[in-house]
Amino acid sequence: MTAGTGMPGTPDPRDVPEGTVVLGASDVARALTRIAHEIVERAKGAQDVVLLGIPTRGVTLAARLAQRLASIDPAFDPERDLGELDVTMYRDDLRRQPTRAVGVTRLPAAGIEGKTLVLVDDVLFSGRTIRAALDAIGDLGRPQAVRLACLVDRGHRELPIRPDFVGKNLPTAQSERVRVLLAEVDGTDAVVISGREPGAVVPGEGGER
Amino acid sequence: MKHLLSTADLAKDEAIELLDTAAQMAATQSREIKKLPTLRGRTVVNLFFEDSTRTRISFETAAKRLSADVINFSAKGSSVSKGESLKDTALTLHAMGADAVVVRHWASGAPYQLAHAGWLDAAVLNAGDGTHMHPTQALLDAYTIRRHLGGHGGGLRRGGDDGVGADLVGVKVAIVGDVLHSRVARANVWLLRTLGAEVTLVAPPTLLPIGVEAWPCRTSYDLDATLADWQPDAVMMLRVQRERMSGGAGAFFPSPLEYTRYFGLDARRLAVLPAHSIVMHPGPMNRGLEISAEAADSDRAVIVEQVANGVAVRMAALYLLLSGSTTPATEGTAL
Repeated sequence: MTAGTGMPGTPDPRDVPEGTVVLGASDVARALTRIAHEIVERAKGAQDVVLLGIPTRGVTLAARLAQRLASIDPAFDPERDLGELDVTMYRDDLRRQPTRAVGVTRLPAAGIEGKTLVLVDDVLFSGRTIRAALDAIGDLGRPQAVRLACLVDRGHRELPIRPDFVGKNLPTAQSERVRVLLAEVDGTDAVVISGREPGAVVPGEGGER
Repeated sequence: MKHLLSTADLAKDEAIELLDTAAQMAATQSREIKKLPTLRGRTVVNLFFEDSTRTRISFETAAKRLSADVINFSAKGSSVSKGESLKDTALTLHAMGADAVVVRHWASGAPYQLAHAGWLDAAVLNAGDGTHMHPTQALLDAYTIRRHLGGHGGGLRRGGDDGVGADLVGVKVAIVGDVLHSRVARANVWLLRTLGAEVTLVAPPTLLPIGVEAWPCRTSYDLDATLADWQPDAVMMLRVQRERMSGGAGAFFPSPLEYTRYFGLDARRLAVLPAHSIVMHPGPMNRGLEISAEAADSDRAVIVEQVANGVAVRMAALYLLLSGSTTPATEGTAL
């Protein structure tokens, strides 16, 4: 969902080809721990919480959140209460993009009926993926509540959707590209912005290269 | 991939993508709400110049499960019976704004003509043309084989649950019966070959087409020897297509009873097969001719499952043909 464009003008000296690192590994870990605590606080425990990750990075993030939830509240079982939700077939941009491969949807065995369902995604941008996810959930059952956790909220929403739990609010330009790198998939934990306009202010406390 | 016309021009990665997508589609079909909004607003025309029940219903179900609008057009009782040409029918469909045309025709090559003559800009899916090809049937057969033989360890590479991601390297498939008239056999030979399986065609010499030695498979006239010596993992029985045998069955073999004796699958031949093997039939079956009731109803038979898998495979084909960008820049890279 992040649309990257070539960098206009002369390259910013800060901008190595991989882009600017705005969150490092420790920042990502702290953000996830805080989100886990917020989920438990909001749901008053974790016994009815179900985590659903949205492929691909959301699934990895959900698995990490599940470990943290289990250590906060033993009522949460990472084996039982974790799933993944592929939203490809519910997207509204299927005709504008090259054909996407359909991913796996795996729900907890007990289903999502009456649960507090937390959707987990890496970057929240236009909100269209979440809209598709809400439609997909509607076809799968009727959870008691649906909440949204994302590691990065980069703004530019096109739909009235807002996250309940955010790792980091990251003001960005539309043309920039925000990538979440995770050790399980990419070998390292980081949040990287690329395609940044020269002279733009780098927000956040993340280490710059 | 713009059209699905033949399994001979499917690359291996395209075929595996189709099967993997079918696996995800099949997973959605066990839900309470089976309908997906994916192809909302798209129109699929079922254009059937030849009688068909299961293929048409299967395509119709697949399109409806993906929320496409379905228009059924059969030659009987339509403008075609008044003498309309294929071209004029195609122009009519074009004017009505069809996004995909599922075509079954008695003439081999009719779907190719429809796709390439410039009459239509819709995606064309071949649902069986003459004695040429029936790609979705071959895909559902390959899907069924992969699902069943994914874990038996007989040389089949494991990809994951239900064999997702795997090919069919090491799997041995015997295709038995009326190969001459069978588009299912032709479609399967090329697809199974592409996926890495070994195929042996078993038929009386009169029911093997001229030029079969150029096909990427072996042939045999002896079913008992093939089953006993070659030990196939899957046996696919073909229907004896009496409607295509102009002189009646007698023109190709002396009598139905003799055909059954030599080429019918019965309990005795079933017992010769390895324990993990499966029995397939594209339907409709001539019970008592090419397959006995014991074989058709045995727990090795996956014939009913083939029908269920057909819906998933056709959903996958419709999804992959219709969902991608329609701009020329990305066309062709879509699959």
